[in-house]
Amino acid sequence: MNWVTNNLETILSALGWHVALSVPAIVAALLCAIPLGWLAHRLPRYSGPIITGSGLLFAIPSLPLLILLPVITGAGMRDGINVVIALTLYGIALLVRSVADGFNSISSETRLAATALGYSGGRRFLTVELPLAAPIILTGLRVVTASTIALCTVGAVLGIPSLGTLFTDGFQRQILAEIITGIVLTLGLAGLFDGLLVVLGKMLMPWQKQVA
Amino acid sequence: MISFESVTKTYPGPRRSAADVVAVHDTSFNVDTGTITVLAGSSGCGKTTLLRMVNRMVAPTSGRVQINGDDIAHMNPVQLRRKIGYVMQHAGLLPHKTVAENIAVVPRLNGATRAEAKRSVDRMLEMVELSADMADRYPAELSGGQAQRVGVARALADEPRILLMDEPFGAVDPLVRTGLQQQLIDIQHELGTTMLFVTHDMSEALRLGHEIILLAKQGRIMQQDSPTRLVEQPANAFVENFLGLNAAEKALRTRTTADGRTMVVDAHGRPAGFLEQA
Repeated sequence: MNWVTNNLETILSALGWHVALSVPAIVAALLCAIPLGWLAHRLPRYSGPIITGSGLLFAIPSLPLLILLPVITGAGMRDGINVVIALTLYGIALLVRSVADGFNSISSETRLAATALGYSGGRRFLTVELPLAAPIILTGLRVVTASTIALCTVGAVLGIPSLGTLFTDGFQRQILAEIITGIVLTLGLAGLFDGLLVVLGKMLMPWQKQVA
Repeated sequence: MISFESVTKTYPGPRRSAADVVAVHDTSFNVDTGTITVLAGSSGCGKTTLLRMVNRMVAPTSGRVQINGDDIAHMNPVQLRRKIGYVMQHAGLLPHKTVAENIAVVPRLNGATRAEAKRSVDRMLEMVELSADMADRYPAELSGGQAQRVGVARALADEPRILLMDEPFGAVDPLVRTGLQQQLIDIQHELGTTMLFVTHDMSEALRLGHEIILLAKQGRIMQQDSPTRLVEQPANAFVENFLGLNAAEKALRTRTTADGRTMVVDAHGRPAGFLEQA
């Protein structure tokens, strides 16, 4: 416990970095996965390649990717942007299928009704299809959030700060308390974000009796 | 008046080599303003296709549909749909909107303020005899009959001059159906809306229609007449059959049972009751 109280500033800084890297990646993954998943839903012929193709992104090993990305982006090896991009790619890999499933779950009768009522294409997408696909997208987003917060720690190996820095530093300096703090905070952060998403889902989707 | 002029609708065949599927072939008829016209026929006769031509959910392959002399092919489909009510078989309520929000959809799309839409909602709930505390429920919390009342209320909320109904009461139980039919007759009487109503149930057609158009395959009109004339003077065997007035089918016979009573049986020998001496 002594280690924690003595190093509060280091811990909070790591936590801050962790949030600053993972939240933009989660948001970016969602924003990219929605059009991709929608395309997979609209073009049944290409839905296989789109979903499988994006899913394969997850098979890219994270360390080589983090080493390769600076070459592509031109950013420095220790620039946080590389972690954000890598995490976004992994998030897209997990989310595209959920988004496509979400849009596919809307009954043809509901679509027909929306058209007959006089919704224009864009308005129908934003106010009917997206909300109705949202419960399934949210399920996917919860998985992505947990996975992103866990994966974010990998950057520490290359010296990009996050809660992962607490493990790498703890291992090097043989401080068990530091390692445990890193693990507990990573799990706690994932749990907190998951809880926030569940609450947000209940607020935004009151027609859903239960959000599991 | 809605007029269908030689409308035809063909769909491409299931495979590239297959022949086109003809849903409706060269059908013409008029729907008088302020009346209920029923399109009746078995499934696959093209009645729903004809109905959907009116709000441009289906575009005729050839021929045209006019509303009060204006060809609807020249109108913006989205704007057109906002002026025409549409009720479908399972109500088709938007599951993520409350009853009030569902009813308010068309007034809001047409630019009504929240307060104006709220007034429409209150008026419509009263018209379809749903209590005001239903307003905040979601479609999943409604019975089939309640959902269909909301469906009718939603279609009529912005006072369209035309209402299209596609087997709207087909999925509700017979007792509720009778109530909904009577309500529709009352509403039509009050508002004078032009209604085009699709059904395969002849008793429903006879009950609701000022005019009934009986269709065979590919939208071929077998007879267009008032209910009375249709029953009194069926144009051909198809109409007689559809009305169920075919003599052999309706004929009743008697049979003496083991205990000496006289049983009445129908054409298939099923018991219809006992004959009693007056």
